[in-house]
This record gives sequence, C-alpha cells and structure tokens, in this order.
Amino acid sequence: MKTFDINKIREDFPILRREVNGKPLVYFDNGATTQKPKQVIDAITRYYADMNSNVHRGVHYLSQISTDAFEITRRKVQAFIGAKHEHEIIITKGTTESINIIASCYGRAFIQAGDEIIISAMEHHSNIVPWQMLCDEKGCVLRVIPMNDRGELDIAAYASLFSERTKLVSFTYVSNALGTINPVKEMIDIAHEHHVPVLVDGAQAVQHLAVDVQELDVDFFAFSGHKMYGPTGVGVLYGKEELLNKMPPYQGGGDMIKDVTFEKTTYNELPFKFEAGTPNIEAGICLGDAIDYIESIGLDAIHAYEDDLLHYATSRLSEIEGIRFIGTAAQKSSVISFVVDGVHPYDIGVILDKLGVAVRTGHHCAQPVMDSFSIPGTVRVSLAMYNTKEEVDVLMDGLKRALTMLL
Amino acid sequence: MTINELQDELIEDFAFYQDWMEKYEYIIQLGKEVPLIEEEYKTEDYIIKGCQSRVWLYPELRDGKVFFTADSDAIITKGLVSLMVKVLSGHTPAEIAQADLYFIDEIGLKEHLSPTRANGLLSMVKQMKLYAVALQMRA
Repeated sequence: MKTFDINKIREDFPILRREVNGKPLVYFDNGATTQKPKQVIDAITRYYADMNSNVHRGVHYLSQISTDAFEITRRKVQAFIGAKHEHEIIITKGTTESINIIASCYGRAFIQAGDEIIISAMEHHSNIVPWQMLCDEKGCVLRVIPMNDRGELDIAAYASLFSERTKLVSFTYVSNALGTINPVKEMIDIAHEHHVPVLVDGAQAVQHLAVDVQELDVDFFAFSGHKMYGPTGVGVLYGKEELLNKMPPYQGGGDMIKDVTFEKTTYNELPFKFEAGTPNIEAGICLGDAIDYIESIGLDAIHAYEDDLLHYATSRLSEIEGIRFIGTAAQKSSVISFVVDGVHPYDIGVILDKLGVAVRTGHHCAQPVMDSFSIPGTVRVSLAMYNTKEEVDVLMDGLKRALTMLL
Repeated sequence: MTINELQDELIEDFAFYQDWMEKYEYIIQLGKEVPLIEEEYKTEDYIIKGCQSRVWLYPELRDGKVFFTADSDAIITKGLVSLMVKVLSGHTPAEIAQADLYFIDEIGLKEHLSPTRANGLLSMVKQMKLYAVALQMRA
C-alpha cells in the first residue's frame, strides 16, 4: 500500500483553501460531486491551450493529438476497471446517460411486452425512471428488490424475483443515500444462474473501491467522471462486447456511422457506434488525468483512509442526542445520512452552510428510499479522500450550534 | 402601515444584526409569530411547490383586504414565510399584486430568491401574488 499523505492531497485541491460565508470551506457533499485536483484543472487548461481540435476526424496534427489523448483515456478506463477490450468502454455524458443507453438500446433489442426488469429499493432516480419509461413504452414490468431497516437488500427475496420473463437486472453498487455497499458479486452470480445480464450503477463506487468488471463478471457498468475527481459532463458505460454488438445504436449522427447514403446507413464498430456526435472532448481527455490521480494515491489506501474517517464521523455524530442514522448497513462506504428528532434536515443544512460546511439535505434523488424510512429527507455527509477528522470536528461544532438554534 | 413602510421597518430590524447566525435566529423567531394556518387547510391544495420543506399558505379576503395564514415543517422556511406574511398580509389585492419587495434584497436574503433555491421563497412570493390577483378577480 502506498503512503497516504493527507496534507499533500489537500494541497492538490485548490478549492479547499477558499472560504465560504467567511469560514474555511468544509466540503462534505462529495456524493453529489467531488472537487478537482490541480492535476485535472491544469489538464483542462492544457487541452484548450495546446490541443483543442475535434476527435476522430481530421488528418491534421491537432486532430490527431486530441484523438490520441481521447483514446488514451479509453485505455486508462479499460485498465482502471479491468475491462477485456478497450472498445467495450463507451464514453458518455455520465452515469445517467450510460443507464439510459442500456434502457433504450438493450430495451429495443431484447425487451418485449410482459418481460420483467429487476431493480432495487435503494436506487437513485436515474436507475428507476429510465426503466419506468421503457416499461411504459414496451409494456414490461419492474420488480423491486426489498431492503431491511438497516438499508441492506434482501438477497433471498432478490433470488425469488426471477422468472422466465426476467430480462435484465440493474442495481447500484453503493447507495448514494444510505452508503450501503451491495454484495454485487453474489447478486451478479444469482442473475447469471438465471442467464440474465446485470447492469451495475457504479457512480458511488469507483472513487472509493477498486472495481474489476471481469472479476465481477458484470455485463454493464456505469459511472461518472465528476464524482471521481474528474470533469463534469463525462462518464463511462462498460458493456461486454458480445452484448454491445447485439444492441442497436443509441443516437444517430456523426462518428457512429461507417457509410451513409439516403438508402441505407451502416453503423460504425464499437465503441463509436454508441458515441454519436462530437463528445465532450476536454472532459473525456481529462477523465484520464483523474484516473491517474486516483491511481497515484491508490484505491486501497483511499479506501482504508475513508473507512477510518467514516467510523470516526459516525462515532462523533452518535454523540448528538436524538440523531437517527438512515442506513446502518454492515458494509458501508463514505456516506452518513441522518435525521435529528424534531428538526427538519433543510434547517440543519442552511445553518451549516452559514458556518462554511457543505452538506446535502433532501431526498438525494432517491424518494422511494426516503418513503421506505417514512421521512421527507435526510442530512447527508458524504466523504472524499481529502476530508479530515478536524473537518468532522468542525461539522460537529456546527451541528451542535445549529441544534441549539433549531430545537 | 403600507407595504413599503413595513418593508422599511424590517430592513431596520435586520440592520441591527451583525452576523448571519443572528439574522437566522431572528428569522426563526419571526417564524414563531406567523399567524398559523388552520389544520384543515394544511392540504395539497395550499402547499407551495418548489420547497425542500413543506410550506402551506392560506389567503382570506376580509373587508377588501387579504389576510394570510401559513405554516412550514422547517423552521427557517417558516421564518421566511412569516416575513412575507408580515409584509403582505392586511393589504388590498391590488397592493399585493403590485408590491415591489425590495426588502428581500436589502436584508440580504436575495440569494434565497433564485428560482433554483430549495426553500422556495420565490415560489411563496409568486403564489401570494397569484392569490391576490385571484381574489381581486373574484371581488
């Protein structure tokens, strides 16, 4: 394991030096988006200063170097998640688009009226709504894996949801609202016993845990750049070659075609078949720099550090009278969701903000999760590798102060 | 007092508070003074959309003037709606519909007016003006 130098890491993130409302920023909204290290910020500037040009098109020099840089990211992603082929890596706008591609293209190819799709009770809206839209269009049916009151999925119930009409399973690796780490390998194996492919939403996983898609034998895997210290507007869809080849393209346009006549168009090979139009070139290239950054520190070291911080924060927060943690799974990652008796989460969020502490309040785009705990929302503290125990102490002081005002 | 006199009074009150925490303590205090909406009106019909917390607002026309009652499950939001009720309640529909609510900016709550803010102060203002216009039409 590499040495984890928190001071050096914090120096890499310029925004951590700024103040908010006259107080030093304490940023605990990393589940929504992470801050960017200067290595990524500099790479964005370098892209525009040195190589801006469209990709996959020109014979001229700049187009070639930007295309090369874009394709280097694809190979970095391939190595980062352990994909077999680089053409199994589709560069998208983000997790939401990645899931929508599967709902749309896998849906068009394989889903008929009466078919069933399994999702879980802890999904982000992005892993619910695309399937509901598909069900409206195709007349298929959603089956939902239930969870217990600790926020863990009921695996026995999951196994019993399969029927011969089950066509796809889609669930999250790590819950954005609860922090639960799902037993993905076990769940994928169960689906495969029924010969059903699985999509895993890795948006809250890849920045905290090492992922190997071949080891998991996952069929589709989606994640976003901006939650892993990279630029916004870029994400990844991994898919097994065989499945991706059987699916029709997502959108029509430039780059995804081989030949176009008014009579017939033939589509390009993977991955370009799913990458119509000019991509977010800058973000695509600099996602590679974010991966380099994460790998320079090492996910094992990041995970160990964040786990320690998670336990510290959980134990400190337990000092608060009337606190109720929402999501107390045995396996958790970097997210602490809570409510305090008699206090609205929104009020806590407003006061903490005035004290320079950024948390998220509300339903976290997972209303069904909130409904199952019969609450309107939570305060969510979500950690990243640059957070510290001192920052947790600042949060605690702020929270105590807020509660004095609000109770 | 006119709407503008009420606004000026609030601006003066808020000027007294130096830091943000004091301002919020005052807003919370104002929330406790809001004329509470009758339980029977705390329904979907009277809820203000666009708030992270729930806000209910009920308008009533008496002697040609609009009186608001309100409530919220978040106490800062309750304070914000209380501010609006303080300024707008007891005035004619026309006065309310035409009111220029400069005090929000003056007391430093302008950030809360953006349409994407979760507290829905803008939604409250819009809804109160809509109620006034609707009551004016009915009158």
